Amino acid sequence: MIQQTLYDKLWASHAVRAEDDGTTLLYIDRHLVHEVTSPQAYEGLKVAGRGVWRKDSVVATADHNTPTDHWEEGIKDPISRLQVETLNANIKEYGAKVFFPFLDKRQGIVHVIGPENGFTLPGMTVVCGDSHTSTHGAFACLAYGVGTSEVEHVLATQTLLAKKMQNMLVQVEGDIPRGVTGKDIALAIIRRIGTAGGTGCAVEFAGSAIRALSMEGRMTLCNMAIEAGARAGMVGVDEVTLNYLKGRPYAPMGVAWDRAVAYWRTLQSDPGSKFDRVVQIDARELKPHVTWGTSPEMVVTVEDRVPDPEKEKDAVRREGMERALVYMGLQPNTAIKDIRIDKVFIGSCTNSRIEDLRAAAAVVRGRRKAANVKLALVVPGSGQVKLQAEKEGLDRIFKDAGFEWREPGCSMCLGMNADRLEPGERCASTSNRNFEGRQGTGGRTHLVSPAMAAAAGVAGHFVDVRELR
Amino acid sequence: MQKFTVHKGLVLPMDRANVDTDAIIPKQFLKSIRRTGFGQNLFDAWRYMDEGQPGQDCSKRPLNKDFVLNQARYKGASILIARKNFGCGSSREHAPWALGEYGFRAMIAPSYGDIFFNNSLKNGLLPIVLDEAKVERLFNEAAPFPGYALEINLEAQVVIKPDGDSYHFDIEPFSKYCLLNGFDDIGLTLRHAAVIRAFEDKRKIEQPWLFT
Repeated sequence: MIQQTLYDKLWASHAVRAEDDGTTLLYIDRHLVHEVTSPQAYEGLKVAGRGVWRKDSVVATADHNTPTDHWEEGIKDPISRLQVETLNANIKEYGAKVFFPFLDKRQGIVHVIGPENGFTLPGMTVVCGDSHTSTHGAFACLAYGVGTSEVEHVLATQTLLAKKMQNMLVQVEGDIPRGVTGKDIALAIIRRIGTAGGTGCAVEFAGSAIRALSMEGRMTLCNMAIEAGARAGMVGVDEVTLNYLKGRPYAPMGVAWDRAVAYWRTLQSDPGSKFDRVVQIDARELKPHVTWGTSPEMVVTVEDRVPDPEKEKDAVRREGMERALVYMGLQPNTAIKDIRIDKVFIGSCTNSRIEDLRAAAAVVRGRRKAANVKLALVVPGSGQVKLQAEKEGLDRIFKDAGFEWREPGCSMCLGMNADRLEPGERCASTSNRNFEGRQGTGGRTHLVSPAMAAAAGVAGHFVDVRELR
Repeated sequence: MQKFTVHKGLVLPMDRANVDTDAIIPKQFLKSIRRTGFGQNLFDAWRYMDEGQPGQDCSKRPLNKDFVLNQARYKGASILIARKNFGCGSSREHAPWALGEYGFRAMIAPSYGDIFFNNSLKNGLLPIVLDEAKVERLFNEAAPFPGYALEINLEAQVVIKPDGDSYHFDIEPFSKYCLLNGFDDIGLTLRHAAVIRAFEDKRKIEQPWLFT
């Protein structure tokens, strides 16, 4: 028998039919829908007089535009409000398995509510009009982001047209040092292979360091696969996966659970299966990472300095570095620890789960936000994460330290709501993109782990979280 | 979808690597529930000196004169040449919508973000991949010659330069077929509805927990 990778297995089990050139119709099990990338898709269905193929595959929520404070006042921005109301109307008309609208207790970031409710299960194909759909690959799913035309295609046909990607293995071996998280592993990988390093690939993360990560850590890692250029990231099923899923509201139960588990245990790459590309990382050498530029590949460790473009030989890269330094308002050779910040953002589909909030709270406990930090926002990923954090008293720890405790949503990861950076403001952010203007026009983003963001918030500048006692 | 057969047009060089879709169309414009109206906000943060708002009249906004889109010689450009990893980042299809509405019909770059590449194909915007050396040559040839234009023949899969020299490019046969005919994928897929239904029925038996 031919040895198959996890991706090969997921691909083969969803291939409905193929064209002569290999373009394949892939069956889609789970379709996550949010307000930003769906209105034009539903309008397309309406115009063509088409219906939704399988409404019980659809899980919908409003997350990108929703405010994170004063929910009782509703959505003030009329354009945002119309988009959220359009989702309400479309779900009412076309149906869904579950819809968590704005103000619902279970509302949250689409990539947080999927796993926490058991809407995301191993062996599924999961798509969403959102590039961070790769998050769900942590559950041995083939999960990836699509555009609005493809959202419409899935709604109408339950399939997507796809070409098989290449298999890439990122193997991370060794004990993960204290203070190093899934986020740092992701940034270290992007530093190594670049933001186009995984283009055209489905990436499997494997090795002892990955097995040692919690599901939250694996989700953070798979979430950032797209920042390495890979549409899909994934991790094989193990006990950590099964323990996380057991008892989730929409996970199978009883006999169905046992039957599912028997199948899910096969969702790993066969020993000796062939990958087109392999990258090896030694976890023991990893340190906390901080981005300095306007692309996630512009990243160094907290012990380093901002690089000097003059030392870069490639002209296109050098110009990119120079432009990034101007935008970021940084001088070459500045120590990362000397960079002072104006704001902190702890949240996003990358780092807003309970474990992330616990890690940040552990740093903040008994400390105060630095005087030069104007705002430190903590935005839980979902209503359920918020509730859990409040049960554990994390909200008090943040509030006592002068951090703001908000309602769930995408928030300042992309600033579609009122949470954003002002021009020139510098932010320690647990989100996924440090692109120009991402968190607000002229805003300057440094990507870090939750503990590192919290530490920067109390120090007023970047600090090595390993040195905090 | 608009057909793509043969297109000749003025070339605009976007000389930076890793241009992300946030740069192509910033987030504030994603609040729209329509497919149109994005062209005037293409590369908004680089193109204008002020911060753009959705629904605003852009004709009176201060322009960034240094930005390539605002240079008179590139007015009416319909072929964009770019550096590696063009269109990386967010899945927003608003990016190809904005490029298309502005007037672009094709792009030439060494590589693209995967999702953006797909989204472009669905909108009749042809993403051509050429190796870095050829793209570098196009940049070098376009710079000194205002009016530098290229001809793209999708049927023959060639980019023809003003000097008559041409570059072959690869494209998936199925994508080419859809572009040449302007076909809507959904209509094509629904011809296989019975096959999809049969696959789904089998799946219900094998993995019933996915259908509860």
